Amino acid sequence: MIVTEFDLATSLLAILPEIALTVLALIVLALDLSLPKGQHRTIAIVAGLGLGFTAALPLILWPGSQATPEGLYWGGMVRHDVLSQIFKVMVLLAAGITCLMSIDVKGVGHRGEFYLIIIVSTLGMTLMAGAADLIMAFLALETTSIPLYLLAAFKRGDQKSAESGVKYFLFGSFASALMLFGMSLLFGFSGGQTSLYQIGQYLGSQAFADNAIPVLGALVLVIVGFGFKISAVPFHFWTPDVYEGSPTPVTAFLSVASKSASFALLVRFLMAVFPAALVIGDAQIKDFWVQLMAASAVISMTIGNVIALAQRNIKRLLAYSSIAQAGYTLIGVAALQAASTDVQAQAVASVGFYMFMYVFTNLLAFTVVILFSEATGSETIADLAGLSRRSPALALMMTVGLLSLAGVPPTAGFFGKFFVFNAAVQADLVWLAVVGVLNAIIGLYYYLVVIKVMYVDRSEDEDKPIPVSRPYAWVLAITSLLVIVLGTVGAQVVFDWAVRSAGSLFVG
Amino acid sequence: MVPLWAYLLVAAGLFCLGAYGVLSRRNAIAVLMGIELMLNAVNINLVAFWRYLSPLNMAGQAFTAFIFVIAAAEAAVGLAIIISVYRSRQSVIVEDVDIMKW
Repeated sequence: MIVTEFDLATSLLAILPEIALTVLALIVLALDLSLPKGQHRTIAIVAGLGLGFTAALPLILWPGSQATPEGLYWGGMVRHDVLSQIFKVMVLLAAGITCLMSIDVKGVGHRGEFYLIIIVSTLGMTLMAGAADLIMAFLALETTSIPLYLLAAFKRGDQKSAESGVKYFLFGSFASALMLFGMSLLFGFSGGQTSLYQIGQYLGSQAFADNAIPVLGALVLVIVGFGFKISAVPFHFWTPDVYEGSPTPVTAFLSVASKSASFALLVRFLMAVFPAALVIGDAQIKDFWVQLMAASAVISMTIGNVIALAQRNIKRLLAYSSIAQAGYTLIGVAALQAASTDVQAQAVASVGFYMFMYVFTNLLAFTVVILFSEATGSETIADLAGLSRRSPALALMMTVGLLSLAGVPPTAGFFGKFFVFNAAVQADLVWLAVVGVLNAIIGLYYYLVVIKVMYVDRSEDEDKPIPVSRPYAWVLAITSLLVIVLGTVGAQVVFDWAVRSAGSLFVG
Repeated sequence: MVPLWAYLLVAAGLFCLGAYGVLSRRNAIAVLMGIELMLNAVNINLVAFWRYLSPLNMAGQAFTAFIFVIAAAEAAVGLAIIISVYRSRQSVIVEDVDIMKW
């Protein structure tokens, strides 16, 4: 992989979304300082719309266009390609929607700095999507995580929020220290390279003729770090507590944006440093990491789904569900080892599509949870009883979200799972796809229980509708529309387009 | 000259000490100190690899400098969060922070 010759104009264009985010962060900071108290809505809308417009930039600057050809920029620090652009759009939209859905949340959305921290964290995530260098990857990861620790503990005086902050911080910094040690070993094994692509080349070349064991050790350390970020079992211990204790918009943001950016980096890492063709001293490295990914996928799905069956708190249920969803996505990551590049492109596209639909599905479900818990102060599933009579529209939205998480047509979740399982079958991992389907059936049960509570169970508050202010109505409309469109007419179109674009990742 | 493996051994030892500290200490501040030790082990690794393998390429040093910055930022945020827990609960013992359990 050759570093593109330095040209200031194209290099700046390649990181235009990041520059726009920095400017937006400064604007929000200035607004927070200058606006009188009680004007937080303006800040939220500026941040939300700003992030939304920024999400259009990666689409305008699509790689392959004349202005910004695909390649490595800034001395190999960031890579501008399809993978990075898809995930940038994803995290930017997720952040924008999160800003809009925190407007009315007490103790969170009323403080301007909340939006600033979200934007800074998003800046880290967009860099994660494009990082092609160990230094950049680490910096981007920490730029994402450190603001997230703050967000988790954002509700001052709330014991649960402080507790979730301290847990997230301690687990998170421990995991990143482990990952960093793995990175430092990779730096050494490759003779002092930091570019991910050069490390991969060096490990496969004659220059590195040593045995594979130390490299596998470094790989395991790095995967532990990623496993933490995507909350895959066995590195999921923090997930339920942090999801339950954090303010709900933060939980939503954590569960979608941080997870999808980490998947982007994980896919890039495996493709660049440990490509399917890598052989070190007669040892096929891919065999090792595929088994690692497959094992993690199986136990994440199973443990996530089984423990979710026993949950009474809706945020905790969604936390275990998000562990299971990480497991489904890991099936797509495992399929990256396929021999033919066509199947590899399919695997990348399926991971991208799964995360894309998961972002909107989960944000939809969490928006309903926010509206419900702000109105009633409760997060218990049993208290959702009678929601279908109380606010029929909200109950319908929640149903769409839950069905999509469960993977029932005509929602996006069905196609997300279908493409991931299909990629696994194409990559000769039929057993993994079968385990995935079995788990989807277990998952269906607890999602349906929530729907049953909303529609069948009665409560005394049925005559008290839940107020929905305009930004929330917009968020609900956008996310539910996307979930339905991606689950019907849009699915095949978007996926085919993603496969075609992903094909260019494997040329040269 | 001291061989490269000697540095790596020190770094690995320091890393294990830090990890042991994180896993065994009950005080959140001590856990944070363990994490700092682990990061310093990484720094030793990087600087040793840089000096022995690619002294002309400054990437190793730059990486180390960035880790210092990140470690400082992490400690600042971490201490702030620990203080907010201490205010609400008068304790920094990790086991006391247990409202949420499955």
